[in-house]
Amino acid sequence: MDYFLELFLGGLTRGSIYALIALGYTMVYGIIELINFAHGEIYMIGAFTALIVSSVLAFAGFSGMSVLFLAAAVAIIYSAAYGFTVEKIAYKPLRQAPRLSPLISAIGMSIFLQNYVMLAQTSDFLPFPSLLPELPFLEELGIKIGATEVIILATTAISMVFLTLLIKFTRMGKAMRATAQDRNMAMLVGVDVNRTISYTFIIGSVLAAIGGVLIASHIGRINFYIGFIAGIKAFTAAVLGGIGSIPGAVLGALVLGWTESFATGYVSSDYEDVFAFILLVLILIVRPSGLLGRSTVQKV
Amino acid sequence: MTQIRQSLVIALWFMFLTFPILVIRVNTIENIIEWRWLNMLYIGAGSFLGSFAWRYFLARKGQGTRKIAAPGGTAAAATAPPETGPDGNDLSASARSAGKSRTFPSIPEVEAVSAPADLGGVLTPAPAYADKPWLHRLLDSPRLYRPFLIALAVAALVFPFLPFASTYQINILTNALLYVMLGLGLNIVVGLAGLLHLGYVAFYAVGAYSYALLYYHFGIGFWTALPLGALLAALFGILLGFPVLRLRGDYLAIVTLGFAEITRLVLENWNEFSFGPSGIAGIPRPGLFGWEMDLHAATIYIYFLMIVLCLLTIFVVNRLQNSRIGRAWVALREDETACEAMGVNPTAAKLTAFALGSTWAGLAGVVFAAKTTFVNPASFTFLESAMILSIVVLGGMGSIVGVIIGAFILILMPEYLRAFSEYRMLLFGLIMVVMMIFRPQGIVSGVRRSYEFHRETGEKR
Repeated sequence: MDYFLELFLGGLTRGSIYALIALGYTMVYGIIELINFAHGEIYMIGAFTALIVSSVLAFAGFSGMSVLFLAAAVAIIYSAAYGFTVEKIAYKPLRQAPRLSPLISAIGMSIFLQNYVMLAQTSDFLPFPSLLPELPFLEELGIKIGATEVIILATTAISMVFLTLLIKFTRMGKAMRATAQDRNMAMLVGVDVNRTISYTFIIGSVLAAIGGVLIASHIGRINFYIGFIAGIKAFTAAVLGGIGSIPGAVLGALVLGWTESFATGYVSSDYEDVFAFILLVLILIVRPSGLLGRSTVQKV
Repeated sequence: MTQIRQSLVIALWFMFLTFPILVIRVNTIENIIEWRWLNMLYIGAGSFLGSFAWRYFLARKGQGTRKIAAPGGTAAAATAPPETGPDGNDLSASARSAGKSRTFPSIPEVEAVSAPADLGGVLTPAPAYADKPWLHRLLDSPRLYRPFLIALAVAALVFPFLPFASTYQINILTNALLYVMLGLGLNIVVGLAGLLHLGYVAFYAVGAYSYALLYYHFGIGFWTALPLGALLAALFGILLGFPVLRLRGDYLAIVTLGFAEITRLVLENWNEFSFGPSGIAGIPRPGLFGWEMDLHAATIYIYFLMIVLCLLTIFVVNRLQNSRIGRAWVALREDETACEAMGVNPTAAKLTAFALGSTWAGLAGVVFAAKTTFVNPASFTFLESAMILSIVVLGGMGSIVGVIIGAFILILMPEYLRAFSEYRMLLFGLIMVVMMIFRPQGIVSGVRRSYEFHRETGEKR
């Protein structure tokens, strides 16, 4: 039972990080119907920026919480800037183009960013300093989970709440929902569609950066390739929950996290990544609209 | 003046953007921080100039669209409009959203082929258009391209016996030919049928491993393994195709990508079957009636073998393109719903595209295993798929000549410019983005066979 609980919590942690990345996919897909392949790379750049900033700060003599917050803040700013720029360069000129074009452009952007980081930094794994603080009061309460897990879960939950509030109650959120429903109509009633799309990319990138910092401190090492696998898994999560649906992305990410955790725990750890892909293929065959997605009828 | 200011802002933005990653490098082992300010300068200058070029080309592309869209809209009903729409009307199914002038090209073509002369007119192949790019005009007239082709054939035949052609040189060329074959195979799936296939390398791996394993377990030779590998790859293609072909374009991309990763991970982890990451070594090179060849001779032999296979591929793909199934693929790419209404079975057409595309990957895989005499899972990563895809994208989707040129550019350039091979993948990514934005139809866009309808019998305009 203890082993089961351990796997359950591991899956929950894993799933909540996937959720942070999956939200970016699902929001972008909801608004411009494009799989943003470069999204995983944004997450990787967030992790790298955090690593660099924290190393520089540690060198300059800072320590403790200030390093964590500064590094996270810089990582978030830079990820948002990269997300914004990627959209402007690779997707905006292709708004009217056939569906295949932005998709290929997105794949190109993903490969470009991976190799840019690899050439500018290194292709080896870099150790990531554990920035997250220890929480001694947990032991006293008799809770078995580690401090990082608690922080990851709490941060994810807070981000989700903020995102939901943002989308439900702000002007920007309203504009985003309107654009997702019908871009031309939104334009007609005075929504600045280009700006709304930019906001979507920025919000998605911020979430990805938070995920990047969290998972990098959790796992403890990063390299330029982490974005690719994480991106595919997060995409799987988004599809699993029904792409375009925000609660769906979170649900899908948790299901994926548990699937991976239990499968590696009870079956075999060699095939960790295979389970995610098999789940993706199965979902697409059995229920292409996802768990919470609505199936759309193609109109002629 | 505003242009300069705009570019300055962009340059500053990029300097800010690339600051942490390009300028600072942390050495975590010795705990030193490297500052590389020079990189920042390069980025600033580069993006300053780059933004000018970017705006210039975007403006030029915008002008081109307007120029061609105007006459196309009025004359579209009578004649097939220019083949190379600047926005890549030969790309995919957005024709509906793009307005009338662009929906028309597929309709006259489909009708032209199926509704022949009972209206009292005659269908004649459309003449060359004045605004066709020079390469198409060259390809259209046998008088111009024949000497060129003969020269190319002679060069290809003589090359291995020239004094400067070392084993290494021949190997590079064989490699390029291998990618021509892969590119043409992927071109069937991506270029003709419009299915974005990101897992092409899985079928390449199937081909390579089937030869390696068949030899290892049963001692089967190259010539038997060649068709067997192709067949196995085609079977895998159908196996993958059945479940995923109901999916729309972007899902298909992800599932094929996932499938390729599954294949690679299984090959890496299933030690009893595929000998894990260390792979299988000692695969024999192809034999020629039991003739023992030294390394150099064997290399030349594989080179000629590759030329023959490439010619075969070109021939088959060319015939396929203009066949019933080829036209069905193109129609499917343009508009799936309309295509279904015209009586084409989309699932069957997609499955054949998958199976045939995979066949070439399987063939190429067998040759690859024979050429390197060694296979391991590391040769079949996603980057390989991306490389083949960028060959197709650069060359021109749906265009045979384009894919050949693309393969030679992308494979030979990094080999001969050694300094530049480090930046190879960076460049591939950039090519995909830039080509999609500025020239989605590739270097040489696919030529669609088009017909014109004339009321007076046989008279040419």
